[in-house]
Order: sequence, then C-alpha cells, then structure tokens
Amino acid sequence: MRKNECIAMLLAGGEGRRLGVLTKDLAKPGVHFGGKYRIIDFTLSNCVHSGIETVGVLTQYQPLELTQHLGIGTPWGLDRREGGMHVLPPYVRQKGGTWYKGTANAIYQNLGFIERYDPEYVLIISGDHIYKMNYDHLLDAHKKNRADATIAVISVPWADASRFGILSVDDEGRVVEFAEKPKKPASNLASMGVYMFSWAVLKEALIRDEAERLSSNDFGKDIIPTLLQDNARLFSYQFNDYWKDVGTIDSLWEANMDLLEDKPSLQLNDRSWRIFSASPNQPAQYIAPTAKVQSALINEGCIVEGQVNRSVLFHGARVGEGSVVDSSILMPGAIIGKNAKIIRAIVGEGAVVGDGCIVGSIDAEDIAVVGSGETIRPEAELKEAETV
Amino acid sequence: MKLPMMGVINLIHEADEMEALTANRCLATVPFGGRYRLIDFALSSMVNSGIPKVAVFAHRKFRSLMDHLGSGSNWDLHRKQSGLFVLPPSMEDQTDFGRGDLYHFYRNRDYFSRSSMEYVVISRSHMVCNVDFAKVLDQHRETGADITVVCKESLEGTPGLARKAKVNAAGRIVEMQDHFGRLDSDIVSMEMYVLSTELLLDLVETSLAQGRDHFVRHSILPRLNELQVHAYMHGGVLGVVNNIAAYYQHSMELLQPGVWNELFFKPGSIYTKVKDEPPTHYRNGADVTHSLVANGCDIEGTVTNSILFRGVKVASGAVVRNSIVMQNGIIGVNGSLENCILDKEVEIRAMQQLRGSTEMPFIALKRKVI
Repeated sequence: MRKNECIAMLLAGGEGRRLGVLTKDLAKPGVHFGGKYRIIDFTLSNCVHSGIETVGVLTQYQPLELTQHLGIGTPWGLDRREGGMHVLPPYVRQKGGTWYKGTANAIYQNLGFIERYDPEYVLIISGDHIYKMNYDHLLDAHKKNRADATIAVISVPWADASRFGILSVDDEGRVVEFAEKPKKPASNLASMGVYMFSWAVLKEALIRDEAERLSSNDFGKDIIPTLLQDNARLFSYQFNDYWKDVGTIDSLWEANMDLLEDKPSLQLNDRSWRIFSASPNQPAQYIAPTAKVQSALINEGCIVEGQVNRSVLFHGARVGEGSVVDSSILMPGAIIGKNAKIIRAIVGEGAVVGDGCIVGSIDAEDIAVVGSGETIRPEAELKEAETV
Repeated sequence: MKLPMMGVINLIHEADEMEALTANRCLATVPFGGRYRLIDFALSSMVNSGIPKVAVFAHRKFRSLMDHLGSGSNWDLHRKQSGLFVLPPSMEDQTDFGRGDLYHFYRNRDYFSRSSMEYVVISRSHMVCNVDFAKVLDQHRETGADITVVCKESLEGTPGLARKAKVNAAGRIVEMQDHFGRLDSDIVSMEMYVLSTELLLDLVETSLAQGRDHFVRHSILPRLNELQVHAYMHGGVLGVVNNIAAYYQHSMELLQPGVWNELFFKPGSIYTKVKDEPPTHYRNGADVTHSLVANGCDIEGTVTNSILFRGVKVASGAVVRNSIVMQNGIIGVNGSLENCILDKEVEIRAMQQLRGSTEMPFIALKRKVI
C-alpha cells in the first residue's frame, strides 16, 4: 500500500434533527443545497481540490440515500485503485460491536482503516458544513507550528458565540482555552469542526479517551479539552471565507437565499474550485413564453411556465402557468401546478403542489415546509410551518 | 434487458454541409440542444435499448470525439466486458482514409467475429432521435427480414439531407436512393440498419472481393431484389442534422415542450459528458422567455427564442433573439444577437450587434472575439 501523508475522515452520520421533515429519511450531509448539490459535496470537493485523495466517510443515521449518492466516489474522482473514498458504517465484530457513540468513538472504531494508510496527518471534518477551503493551507500551518493539532476557526458575531465551541488564542495563534458553547464567551473565534491532527497524537488521544468510562467520546467535549489540559501544541487556523452550518430550516433557507445575491459570498460558479456532485443527467431547462424569472438559481431539467422570483429550483422542478414562486426552494422534482402561490417555503423532493394552492406567506414567521413526496391537493392553503 | 445485438456508430465518410461548425470537429461531436453532441442520441438510444457493446468507427477530426466519449462511463459503457470501443482508421497505408466503411469494418472484423452477438445495428451520428432498438429487433425477427432499416415518414420534408425509400404495402423497401435527391416518397431512411452479424460479415467480404467498399451503396442497394430489406417506421421525433438550415430548425424545435419531452425522455434519457456546472443564475433584470438554458449560465440581459449552452454569460442590456450560443459564450453589455449561431467560446463585445436571417443564420467560429 502506498503511504499517504494526509488522509481525511469525514463525519457524515449526523441526524440533523432540527431540519425536521427534511431529515426524516436522510442524514444531514445528504440534504440538498444550492439547486444541485448535497451538503456533503462541499467537503468532498474540498478534499479533492486540496490534494487529499483518501477519504473515509463515516455514516450512521439513515444512510441509504446518502450512500447511494456517494457510490464509490466517482462524481468526485475518488474511485481509485489506491485510496479514494470509502464509506465506513458501524460494524459488528467478534465481541459485539456498537453504534458510533460519538465523533471521537467513530474515528476510534476505524483505527484499522487509518492504520492501513499509515498517514502522518489525519484531517477530521464534518459533512454538515458548507464552505470552500484548501486543507493543504491548513496542513502547511500545522507543520509550520509543529502542532499536535490545528483547529480551523472563524470569527462569528459575539451575539452568536455561545452557540459554538469557542477558542481563546495567544499572539502566535496557540490555543489557550477551549469552551464548548460557553454562556459567557471569552472570544468570538468559533471552531469550524475542522481539525488537522498529527496521527500519532490523535491515535494516543483516541485510545486514552476510549478507556475513559465517563467520556462522551466527542472531539469538542473530550479530545480537545484533554489535549489542552495535557499542554499539547494546539493551534488555531483562521479562516476568513464563507462557512455555514445549516442546522435548521431557517438557516438552510437563508443559506440558499444568500446564493442569489449579486455577488454571493459563496461563489458556486468558480472554475478553479468546482463543487462536484452526482449528475442528475437532465436536459437543459426550459423557460416558457409565459415565464418570468428574476433573481433565481435554476438547475437542469426544470420547466418554468410561471413566475419565479428570488428562489432556488433543483433539477426537474416544474412551475406551472400562472403560479408564483417567491423566496422559496423547490427540491428535486418538486412540481407546482397552475395558479399556485409558493412564498417563503421549501417544497421537498418529488412533492406535488396542486393547482391554486397557497403555500407559505410573506408575513409568516416560519418557513413553510412541504415534506418529500407529499401531495397538496388543489386549492389548499398552507400558511405556517410543517405539513405532514 | 440485454439485447443479443451490438451497436456500430459509423462515422466513416459521414457527409455534412455544416460549414464552420465542422471546421475542427466531426459531425458526431457538433454541439446540440444546450448540452449534448449529436452522437449522444444514437449512443444513448443503443444503451437504453439494452445494447451492451458499441463500436464507434471514427474517421476524421476525432480529437473532440475521443475527448467526449472518454471511457464511455457517462453512457454506462465503461464495462468489464463489452462496453465502448472507439476504432479509429488503422492508418497502415495512406489510402486508408479514402476507403469506404466496408474496408474499415473489415480491418476491425475481430470486433464483430469475437462476439457471440447474433445481431448488429449500424447507425450514423447525425439523426437526432430517441429510438428503442429492442422494438426494431422484435420486428426484424417477426418479419424474418434480412435487413431492417429504421425509417421515418416525413410529410413536410426535412431541410437535412436524407436518403428516401419506397416501401411497398408489405413493408419491404423496393427502392432506395443512393444520394439525397428527389424520389417520389415521403419516407426517409434514418440510416440505422439491423441485420445479423453473419450477414454483415458476408456482405463485407463479398463486396470487398468485388472491389466495392461502401456499405449502403454497394452491399444493400444492388441487393434490394435478392435480400428482404424491410422498413421499421419510427414514430418519435426526428431531426436529420447535417446542414446549417437543419441544425438551426431542429434546434429551435426543442423550444416546443412536446418535442423537448419526447426527444430527451422517451423511451429513455439522453446521456452526455458531465460537466459539473452550477445551476444557472438569473439576476435581477434578466428577461428570459421561450428559451432552452443549460447549467452554468449567468444571465442579466434579455433572451428569447434561443438556446444557451453551458456557461454562457449574457450581460445587462444584452439581447439574444432566435439564436444559439454554444458553451462559454459571452454577450457583452448592450450587445445584441439575432438569428445567430455562436460556436464555443465566442465573445461578443459590449455594444456589438450581429444579425443573420432565419434562412441564413450568422455563424461565428469557435473562440472568435467580435
């Protein structure tokens, strides 16, 4: 086996409970985003562009649709003879076997996988986040600092700081304090859940943590605080670009709307950093004579006969004549009949909204959500939050 | 279902009058329909019909063809057994290029004889259609024909150049043109021939022995009396695309939702090389109607009755009417196009205006800056 300097372990087993019906049958990394992608496409594409070509993807919650999307890694060029992408679900061994108990335990259970590649460094990332980052720069910083672990951080508004893992650093960027969701944050540098570890250090920490009975086996709660206590060389790596954890319906909706800005802070049309995804292979979209499309992202296979304003349409979505889709997201294959109004709403994959329906409203506090595969009968009115 | 039939896409001497559009590529790779190449239609039809093995007989200017086809994985033809075979001319001697298709079939006879497939379908690349070859084979077996030719009744005629055929009441082809011209018939050949592998190899050897090397002209036309050559009537849409007028007309027909739906989905999907372009961004001020738009476009101006391929930029104030803009085209601020075909990567600078007519669209060569 060829030696790999750095391999990535991508945590993709999260449930994303706050995404409600959108994650009923689907792990959070598999949630659709940006008219074409799934959330996990961003981290996988980052790996490939950063030169990391061995990626273990740890799955657990509702893996069917996600593993189908991942396949053997072909869309990302990760179908390799050596290395490439490997899906790593929890497994049974001679003496029992358990679910992944926490993020650290998930890696611990796959020590054998990592050892096969004998890497110097292991990158731990989560498939829940949307950002474009060159991990090679993170690795450079890690080497320069002769660090044991380097944590990517981003400055967040002070008001939000208590929702994140917050780091305090000294002048050299060395971490002096780490607090998970502190009530009174000492800094506004939030951990992005992107960790570069020297493998020897991580391996020892994982083994030690596993032996700790009371540990929750979590990177943020256990591994990082313990390393800090032991005075390990922990450094921060400041990231100044777009990064988003789309954990809720609102933030998912907002992150999609962000893409419609004139100069979006997350540029999808970037030839130097393409986001790869499984291709739905649909024909070019058809915009009918009766259509009016303004400020929208529309993917292949769509047919638009009505009005679309400030919205994101995934592949194969249809908007019938006389309908208005405003400030909304239509997931793949969502069908809107004629003379319907969709306002501030997310219409799930394959859902059908009948003629004359009204979904969502301009002054509703919550985003209206129609679950995947649901059918809304004609003339129905649906103003608030979730449907069945 | 796997069919006991192998496919051949025959690009040997595939005639075209596509002018600038085939200056640096073969007819098979002329971009069509916003994201496809002409060959995608025959190739996808074969795959969707259950044909597990397809040979593309490349001839001239095949760089873009090799690039497009790759390993065949986009058509699910990257396989352990069977799959895609690209067979360029062997170039053992200078005259190879000039020889007819039978000669090239002969040079590659191993492709046919090594296979246990009982049947073969030979097709060209310029027929824009979606055909179920399983049905053609069914009819071929039922009628007991020696050769079955896929044909289309075309009452309005086609601007493209197609061979006409006369079919009797029993469905047998009694007369077929060698060249494109006037035969008193509404039936055109779609240049797709189903026959047994055994008969094909026999025709190849007999014709070559007689010093004849063109499949249709020398193997089929003189034998219409002795062989049972039947027509299979294709019910779906068809575009015979081998000249500019036909290219323009059949492209514009895609703006009819019925044609769009039938050509791209029925009976199966049309596949092409995947490009990883993001969804198209319609900005404030964009005014797009009655158009086909591929992914990766960035539109701020006006687009009507037009086809935009992947990655086209239409700046603010720009107007695109009745035009086809291929991959990565740029229409600058207040630029305007009417009845134009822009090949890939053409840039129309700000304020520039280009105008052709519907009968004679203006064509801009690849990478031109105007």
